[in-house]
Amino acid sequence: MSELPGDLKFTKEHEWLRQEEDGTVTIGITDHAQSALGDLVYVELPEVGQEVEAGGEMAVVESVKAASDVYAPIAGEVVAVNEELADDPEKINGDAYGDGWIVRMRPSNDDAETLTPDEYQEFLDELEE
Amino acid sequence: MGNKTPLFQCHVDAGAKIVDFGGWDMPLHYGSQLEEHHVVRNSAGAFDVSHMTVVDVGGADAKIFLQALLANDVARLKEEGKALYSAMLNDEGGVVDDLITYYLGPDRYRVVVNASTRDKDLAWINAQASAFNVEVEERSNLAMIAVQGPTARELAADILDPAWREAALALRPFFGLEAGDWFIARTGYTGEDGWEIMLPSEEAAEFWENCSRAGIQPIGLGARDTLRLEAGMNLYGSDMDESVSPLEAGMGWTIAWEPEDRKFVGRTALETMRENSQRQKFAGLLLEGKGVLRDHMRVVVEGRADGEITSGGFSPTLQRSVAMARLPAGDYDSAKVDVRGRFLDVRVVKLPFVRNGKTKIEL
Repeated sequence: MSELPGDLKFTKEHEWLRQEEDGTVTIGITDHAQSALGDLVYVELPEVGQEVEAGGEMAVVESVKAASDVYAPIAGEVVAVNEELADDPEKINGDAYGDGWIVRMRPSNDDAETLTPDEYQEFLDELEE
Repeated sequence: MGNKTPLFQCHVDAGAKIVDFGGWDMPLHYGSQLEEHHVVRNSAGAFDVSHMTVVDVGGADAKIFLQALLANDVARLKEEGKALYSAMLNDEGGVVDDLITYYLGPDRYRVVVNASTRDKDLAWINAQASAFNVEVEERSNLAMIAVQGPTARELAADILDPAWREAALALRPFFGLEAGDWFIARTGYTGEDGWEIMLPSEEAAEFWENCSRAGIQPIGLGARDTLRLEAGMNLYGSDMDESVSPLEAGMGWTIAWEPEDRKFVGRTALETMRENSQRQKFAGLLLEGKGVLRDHMRVVVEGRADGEITSGGFSPTLQRSVAMARLPAGDYDSAKVDVRGRFLDVRVVKLPFVRNGKTKIEL
């Protein structure tokens, strides 16, 4: 598996978060997650403007194998969704940390429990064992 | 650690994602299940199906034994090599397994059953065989490779023993050919043309590598499932099992009711079910909008009992979600499916969805 991008935070639910300069946070699923799911065929996105709770259902990614919920790693308001995933959900398979982003949120507080790239890598290594 | 086919190391070396399938370590895909699906629809792919169980049935009673064992009638196999798809039923008319029988020659048949049902099938076949003068021999020394797709036969013909090339290419659909200790049959589980090739285990890896070199790409079981779903072909354990009759699994066409005096296992139960006009039917579903239909989702038909999806998924060829479902009796062409609490519109359609690369339903 490839190196984890150093500017991202991660969760044990295999999501990544990137702090943007304007104070918003971009969220997607990790390369490990897309690889485990297999080819994605459908992504159910939230509405822009929707408020989500930390740990609440935020999106659904459906692969050839199964549907999986994507949980919001932070509380806040959805300010953008990746509309291109509607027609091309495979962008997540191809570029999980870039073109495959899922939502952008404005956090309502700073209480996110996240992992550094090293911590997430350790978590993945433990899963492999 | 599960059972391994003679090609296991080839799959690992090719970077396959290995999963457990009915106790076997099998390749799910070699990178992209979707791409592999399209390869088979558009050109040629090779599947390792060596996990399937091959059983030879021979002896003076072979024909009358299989006539008693199977819901379809092997008396229909008049020409050597001809294949017959059938259900093997229990006394209640439930499906013990679905299988293909090849007529090899007088008193000799080859039966191919599913991998996941091997143990119970062999026990069932042997129990039924005790009253007959037959030998039942599992051919676990045979590997099986399916080459499927519009160009599969012409590409595979070049890597066969030249002595069998022409005879193999001359095979009509649903016929097989004994080629030395190989067996080549124009059958498959994808809805495309192609061959299923049984060969000695020790020769399997070389033939598999030759397939790759000839341009027949390795395809995993993931694509095998979406291909067969599009082709409207049943999967044992999903679309039918011992609690389901072939009449409710879209397999009515495989039951040979004539001659009436052929007493096959399950016949009495089936005859009763046949009289029931309210028995469930089996059909395809096409999701009208976005989303993905999955196994076991509830199908709601207005004013009738609920149905259930038996196989659902995303059709790479149609770029829509499709399913096979057991549905309440009656004539109707639309329904709703409970997709995690949302009731989505589906159209009820005749199977298959795709055959020989062509979409068979209106989108």
